[in-house]
Amino acid sequence: MSGRGTRTIKVDTLARVEGEGELYIKMAGDRVSDVKLRIYEPPRMFEAFLRGRHFSEAPDITARICGICPIAYQMSAVHAMERALGIKIDPAVRLLRRLFYCGEWIESHALHVYMLHAPDFLGYQDVIEMAGDHRDVVEKALRLKQIGNRLVQLMGGREIHPISAAVGGFYKVPSKVQLRDLMDDLQWALNASLDTVRWTSTLQFPDFEQDYEFVALRHPAEYALCEGRLVSNHGLDIDPAEYEDRFAELHVKHSNALHSIVRGRGSYLVGPLARFNLNFDKLPDTARQAAADAKLRPPVKNLFRSIQVRAVELVFACVEALRIIVDYEPPSFPRVDVPNRTGVGQAITEAPRGILYHRYAVDEKGIIVTAKIIPPTSQNQRRIEDDLREYAAQLAAWPLEEATWKCEQAVRCYDPCISCATHFLKVVIQRE
Amino acid sequence: MSSEPKRKKSGLKPTIGVFKFASCDGCQLSLLDAEDELLGVVGAVDIAYFPEASRNMLEGPYDIGLVEGSITTHHDAQRIQEVRRKCKTLITLGACATAGGVQALRNWKDVDEFIGVVYATPQFISTLKLSTPIAEHVPVDFELRGCPINKYQLIELITATLAGRKPNIPAYSVCMECKRKGNVCISVARGIACLGPVTQAGCGALCPTYDRGCYGCFGPMESPNTASLTSQFRILGQTDDQISRAFRSFNAWAWQFRRASEECKRT
Repeated sequence: MSGRGTRTIKVDTLARVEGEGELYIKMAGDRVSDVKLRIYEPPRMFEAFLRGRHFSEAPDITARICGICPIAYQMSAVHAMERALGIKIDPAVRLLRRLFYCGEWIESHALHVYMLHAPDFLGYQDVIEMAGDHRDVVEKALRLKQIGNRLVQLMGGREIHPISAAVGGFYKVPSKVQLRDLMDDLQWALNASLDTVRWTSTLQFPDFEQDYEFVALRHPAEYALCEGRLVSNHGLDIDPAEYEDRFAELHVKHSNALHSIVRGRGSYLVGPLARFNLNFDKLPDTARQAAADAKLRPPVKNLFRSIQVRAVELVFACVEALRIIVDYEPPSFPRVDVPNRTGVGQAITEAPRGILYHRYAVDEKGIIVTAKIIPPTSQNQRRIEDDLREYAAQLAAWPLEEATWKCEQAVRCYDPCISCATHFLKVVIQRE
Repeated sequence: MSSEPKRKKSGLKPTIGVFKFASCDGCQLSLLDAEDELLGVVGAVDIAYFPEASRNMLEGPYDIGLVEGSITTHHDAQRIQEVRRKCKTLITLGACATAGGVQALRNWKDVDEFIGVVYATPQFISTLKLSTPIAEHVPVDFELRGCPINKYQLIELITATLAGRKPNIPAYSVCMECKRKGNVCISVARGIACLGPVTQAGCGALCPTYDRGCYGCFGPMESPNTASLTSQFRILGQTDDQISRAFRSFNAWAWQFRRASEECKRT
């Protein structure tokens, strides 16, 4: 298509994302005049109805924001509450929380890499169609996902909205024998993850590099999940408690999700690419070697390669889970007593899609007075629109249908969770 | 949308559509979480509409409609009418679709004030005063309970619907599951407040098995004696606020729990 005429790229219901949204891009020739990621998922207003609930209910209630990453919500909630209430947890509980989170990472990354994202690279509508030609790949993916789920089930009773996480620890912790029973499966999962790194590096990636501000949690000794400082490649280095001083949320008319920006700068990117680029040195050797073999070195600035990075993170999660299980000694008490008192606490943890911020204030009876929750997808939302502005311009000469599919694919690279951000997605490209 | 030819309905297999309203996506994810059964299910039916899993979205009518989520906007109140017209059998999945979900906690509050808490520019937000279950809007053929649903109950329900038989999904209480597991009653033995006696089975008595009281995520069982449980909670030292909060969680708008949560504050 020449540089004349307007066109609209419009995807009414963006598929293979969690939640409901639509994408609208208006173009005049190769100039993009408007990009809107419209989130019409209805607002559920968790922050409002958390007020008046007891602090001990926060992990179970906030888990219901997202059926894909409930553990992320539970982990951010318990850490923020423990900071508010001045609670120190047992080191063994700390490791169990990392293990629990590894289960969710394996399950969520396997789901996204194979079932939601891979069909884009291979030209299928969905994993069901893909299974027709690549049944072995899909079966492997399902088993990998199942192993992540099995770990979550053992520790939390069930894979969606598990019931064991508590402020102060867990209601019940697994025995050594129960965890050791998972080791053969996790070893299989590690090999399958290494295969996944190799398999994803055979895919074709569009040439699309951007200068991102990557934001992730960084821990001095390990690939950060629940603790550390919040850092970026543009010099940010803060305690999670300072998050709201350095980031702002904007309410835009076209979306039921709030947009986040770095104050004074603008959009930023959270999730696998940010973690890999900022914390490559903290990955276990096996994961670093797998990345090197796939010729993947930080900084990775091509969004489409996030599928490879997720595969590397699968390797990390399996190695880490095995490490924790081998050394596991159950804590003396599954949880510490947490008395009611006033306090304010903030925490950030690394959900599979990126950082998840929680802040709570509680009163002397332990009742929540205010709550603030900033999910990863709302933090990435502005960046998704910025990417599409660049990417749609590159696709100006493409036939509309293909350009539309490509733009949808760009959105899916973020593994957006729109249920989280409003707590689905349509794509529309309008060309003038 | 794509240049590829779209997969067509085979015309031989029954078709399934999955529809989402206000929810967390967890119940429809249960279908993808049934790793051992998934390829079997998709072999037996045509998944005609399931946006979370596929960009191939076929027009109805559908033999089975699976509906997740509650009705919270004017637009959704109209959309459910359309979904009902397109589906021969309509099944609701989970606490949101069956009882209004955790977002029904707004039903006791001033929703405009709630919007003000979350959003800087409340006039951009369009929402109803109440979060309501699907059956308050259209006739529903079967309501599957749980927050989230039990994936094996979902597979059983789909199988039974396709076979034209009644699904084997019990409406008795969590206590039955606890007894079958051989659990010692945490309420009797340890004085822990537990909603098990008034909550429908289906989870496998998870919470008591993990040393905590049931929090009622499968909603009221067939004949719940909530008044008796409220008295028992008081004996265990629970305050009226605590009892009210216990009934008001993920199935707060189910009428039995709703009434119990209001009565304990009055007496």
